[in-house]
Formats: sequence, structure tokens, C-alpha cells
Amino acid sequence: MKTLTKAALIVLALSTAACTRPDRFGTGADGAGAGAGTGFGADGSISDPTSPAYFNQTIGDRVLFQVDQSTLTAEAMSVLEGQARWLLDNTQYMALVEGHADEQGTREYNLALGARRANAVREYLVSRGVPVARLQTVSYGKERPLAICSDETCYSQNRRAVTVISLGGL
Amino acid sequence: MIRKLIALLAMFVWADAALAQSGPLRLTITDGVIEPLPFALPTFQPEGTGAEEMAANLSQVIASDLIGTGLFRQIPASAFISPYTGFSQPVAYADWRAINAQALITGAVAVSGGQVEVKFRLYDVFSGGELGDGLRFVGSVDGWRRMAHKVADTIYSRITGEGGYFDSRVVFVAETGPKDARQKRLAIMDYDGAGVQYLTDSGTLVIAPRFSPSGDRVLYTTFESGFPRINMIDVATVGRQQITTAAGEMAFSPRFSRDGNQVIYSLSSGGNTDIWRTDLLTGQHTRLTSAPSIETAPSFSPDGSQIVFESDRSGSPQLYIMSATGGEARRVSFGEGRYGTPVWSPRGDLVAFTKQNAGRFHIGVMRTDGSEERLLTASFLDEGPTWSPNGRVIMFFRETQGAAGAPSLYSVDISGRNLRQVPTVTFASDPSWGPLQR
Repeated sequence: MKTLTKAALIVLALSTAACTRPDRFGTGADGAGAGAGTGFGADGSISDPTSPAYFNQTIGDRVLFQVDQSTLTAEAMSVLEGQARWLLDNTQYMALVEGHADEQGTREYNLALGARRANAVREYLVSRGVPVARLQTVSYGKERPLAICSDETCYSQNRRAVTVISLGGL
Repeated sequence: MIRKLIALLAMFVWADAALAQSGPLRLTITDGVIEPLPFALPTFQPEGTGAEEMAANLSQVIASDLIGTGLFRQIPASAFISPYTGFSQPVAYADWRAINAQALITGAVAVSGGQVEVKFRLYDVFSGGELGDGLRFVGSVDGWRRMAHKVADTIYSRITGEGGYFDSRVVFVAETGPKDARQKRLAIMDYDGAGVQYLTDSGTLVIAPRFSPSGDRVLYTTFESGFPRINMIDVATVGRQQITTAAGEMAFSPRFSRDGNQVIYSLSSGGNTDIWRTDLLTGQHTRLTSAPSIETAPSFSPDGSQIVFESDRSGSPQLYIMSATGGEARRVSFGEGRYGTPVWSPRGDLVAFTKQNAGRFHIGVMRTDGSEERLLTASFLDEGPTWSPNGRVIMFFRETQGAAGAPSLYSVDISGRNLRQVPTVTFASDPSWGPLQR
């Protein structure tokens, strides 16, 4: 019984770690050169409000979506308000918005759904004054799950759009 | 109506009535009970030295092809009364009848100078004669498996009257690594999982390869540039090039036209995904759908006149058919749940699809007017059907549930029978079944 609790705690710790980790793996190969500023160490201090670390963790680099939806929730809009302000304050950064879907659905449909989600975020940021030239979108569909269990606790984390910032050109 | 349906989904069965009359050896499509046809295949006779192993291997692959269809059953050699004395010796039909071998397959194999020669004969045991002429194939030692598949295709065709599918290849995505760090490579293999070759390395995310109708090229979606784009790869040279599509943020879900000169695909722009066609010869782009909904997964009819695709214009993903030139589309799926990845059958009469309903996924087929839908499989996640060259079998991938979940390839008859896993060394997804090889 005791071992079981311990095991559960370890699992919890692991999943928490997974949440704070940048979710783009294979950045060099897949990342369109956008990953340069997002790795740990290069992000600067979380206490520095101009740092990518601050953007990723304090403001929040991602918003979540309901099943099959690309409509922004009130919570998502408040995160995006923060993202827009940060991007307007830190004009040297570009942003790539990555849309993702959970594993329920076909590969093709999920790619298109991820594109809708990424675009919803882009449009919101543009509506808040971020120049469209500083924003790009891409969809990974269900190719890049962040949480890997097969139930809603994981699916809800995977239905996301992540704003990945980088210095200079995209 | 039900009877008609059963007749349509029936498999080939041995016509028992004809047997008693010593009629021709023939599996015909009927709604009878499924009883695999028993055959005897004494290990092919090695001719000359050094052919023993080749003869055994060829015999094994031929038998495996036939058994794998679910239509045939091999009688073990231990049951044989008549020892197999030689390819040229007269057949003791009574001895084969006594063990109820309805077909007898005999052969001889010679190996010399890097070449294999295989000869075979197919006998209709109960009518006491040969079914078709004996045939001889010659090829390189390296290509011995193809020769076995060609022999098996010939036997299958002679007995069923249908085209074979054994001498064919499948392009697919080989997957390795954990679920949240999956690496994907394009790979090609024989239909039975043998002879895997990799076409790309694992450094770039690739998805959904699609064979050209002649099998010489493969279209696929690559994230090489960081954004989904369509590449074309030449199977023989493994040379690849990006297809210049119409301008958009993402291009994906490509398929060839029947003549291999056009590509239909999905293009996303401003978050909206529509279907486009690009002519590979002229470079001309044509927009085929124009709706705020998602339009994706297009597949040509075999005559090239129509396109079946997936759209959520009704509120959930459903199947639609439109002219190959675009325009009005008619909805064809009306059952419960969500439909995707439609693929037109080689015969033109059916559409295979992925269906998601009540938390389960299915591979199914329906007629092109949406009638007579039948689901062939069910699991946590079944997806991405592809047709065998003769339209009798569908391959797809099945992904298991949970954190350790991973995909494998499966095949199933369009009757829903004979579900089998296709052996692969790595995890595997997104199969596309090529044509019979020449």
C-alpha cells in the first residue's frame, strides 16, 4: 500500500514536470528555427519580465480548447491578453503559434483542426494590436501529444495552442 | 434486402455441389458457409544441387500467401498418402482425394548463377486434371519472394477468378520511441511485411504516404521546413522533391489521380482548410472547394471523374462526393458518428472510411451512394484504410490505448472476416497499398 502511494506520487511529480517543459521536441529538426530562444538556460530569468521564461511560465504560453472547438474560452482570452501585451512590449520577438489536437480523430482532420486553433490565437493577438507580420501559425494535429494517457485528463492538455517566441525572423 | 447484403459481403467459398460432380476447381462468391478450401502443397522439388533451401522457402511463402487470405487451408504433409515423387510424375489423384485435398500444387526449383527458376502446376484433384497450364518463372535469387508471390497470385486467380494481390508493396510510416517523442520514417515493404526499406530518416516528422497508381512514386506530408508541405519521392531512386502547391500555410493529405499526373490535397490558409488540385505537368492549381468548414482527405474515383472527401460543413465530419472539377457536393454518410479518411475502392463500387462513434473507432465500407454501410472492425483507434490491388482486402492501422499506446498494421477482408496483424519490426501506421508489380 505504502509503495503504491509512493508510486502514485512519483507519477504525479513526473506529470507536473511534463507540464512545465516546452512541448516541442526535436526542435532543431521540426522547429523552423523558432526554438532558439525557448530552451532552458537560454530563456533568461523568470523574474525578468522581458525574458522568454517569464512569457512561457508567468504569462502562460498556451491556451486550451474544448473538444472539437477552436473558440477561445474566457480563460484563454485572458492569457492571450497577457501574451499580446508582452509581444507589444518586447518587439524584438516573433511568435509561432502551434495548434494541436487530442488523439480522438483522424490524422487529417486533426491537422486541419489544429490550424483552426492556431489561427484563432493569431487573430486574437492581431486584434490586440500585434502586427500580423510577427506571427506565424502551424498545426501538428495529433502528432505531438504533451500528455500521453488516453482519457480526458490528458486530452484536455493536448487540445492546445502554444505560442512559441523567438528572437528575430521566423 | 438483407439477403442481397449478405450476398454482397460474402466471400469466395468452395462450391460443394460442383465438387460432387467433379466440376472445375473454383471458389465462387456466394452467401454460403465459409469453409476454407483445403490444398496440398508438397515442398517443391529441388532440381540439381543447392536448391533445397530455396525450394523450401518458396513453398513456405506460397502456402503462407494462400493461407493468409483465410480462403485456403493447407493439409499437413504428415497426412499425405502419396509421397511426392517428382514434378513430371503422373498424379495419383485417388490418394489426394482420400485426404480431401481439393487443390494440389506441385513445383520444382533450380538455382544457378544467381538465378532461380521455379515451375509449378495446379491440379483440380476431384476432376482429375490440371487447372491451367504449368508455368515457369525465372528471376534473380534476391527476388525469390516476389517469385513465390507471383506463383501464389496465379493460383489464387485461377481458383477465384479474381486478380491477386500478393506481389504488391505497402508504403507506411515506421514509428519508434515513446508516445510523446515519437519518431517517424517513411518505409516500404512487401504486402506481408517482408523486405522493409526506409525512404526517409527519422529527423523529420512525416505522415500519410500515398502510392501513385503505378507504384513508381509516393506522395507524403513532411514537416521538413517546419510547416506541413507535400513531397514526392521516387521509389526506385529514393530521390525526393517538394510539390509546388497553391500558396497557403499548410499543404497536406495528398493523393494522386489515376494517371499519376495530378495531385489533390488539403491547403490551409487563415485557419481554413479546403481541397485543391495541382497538375504536375503544367503546374496549374485549381481550387475545388470553397467553404469556411474543414475539407480534407480527398480521394479520386478510379475513373477520375469524382472525388470523395471529408468535411465538417454539417457540424461534424462526414463524407461527401463531388465532381473532380469541384462544385456542388452530395453528402453520402448519414449514420451515427463521425466519418473520415474516405478511399474509393479500385472497382469503384465502394468507399472505405474511418468511423468514430461512441468512443470507438471503426474501419467500414459503404456503397458510393452511402447505402449498405458495414463496419469491419472496432477498437480504441482504427484509422486510415487502404485497398488491396484487387479490392478484396483493406489494410489500416490500429493504435492501442494509454501511455504505452502504439500503432500496428492490420488487414481485414471486406467481408469483415480474417482480421490479421501485418508483422512489422517497429510500430507502424498510415499504410498505402500499391499496385500489383509487373
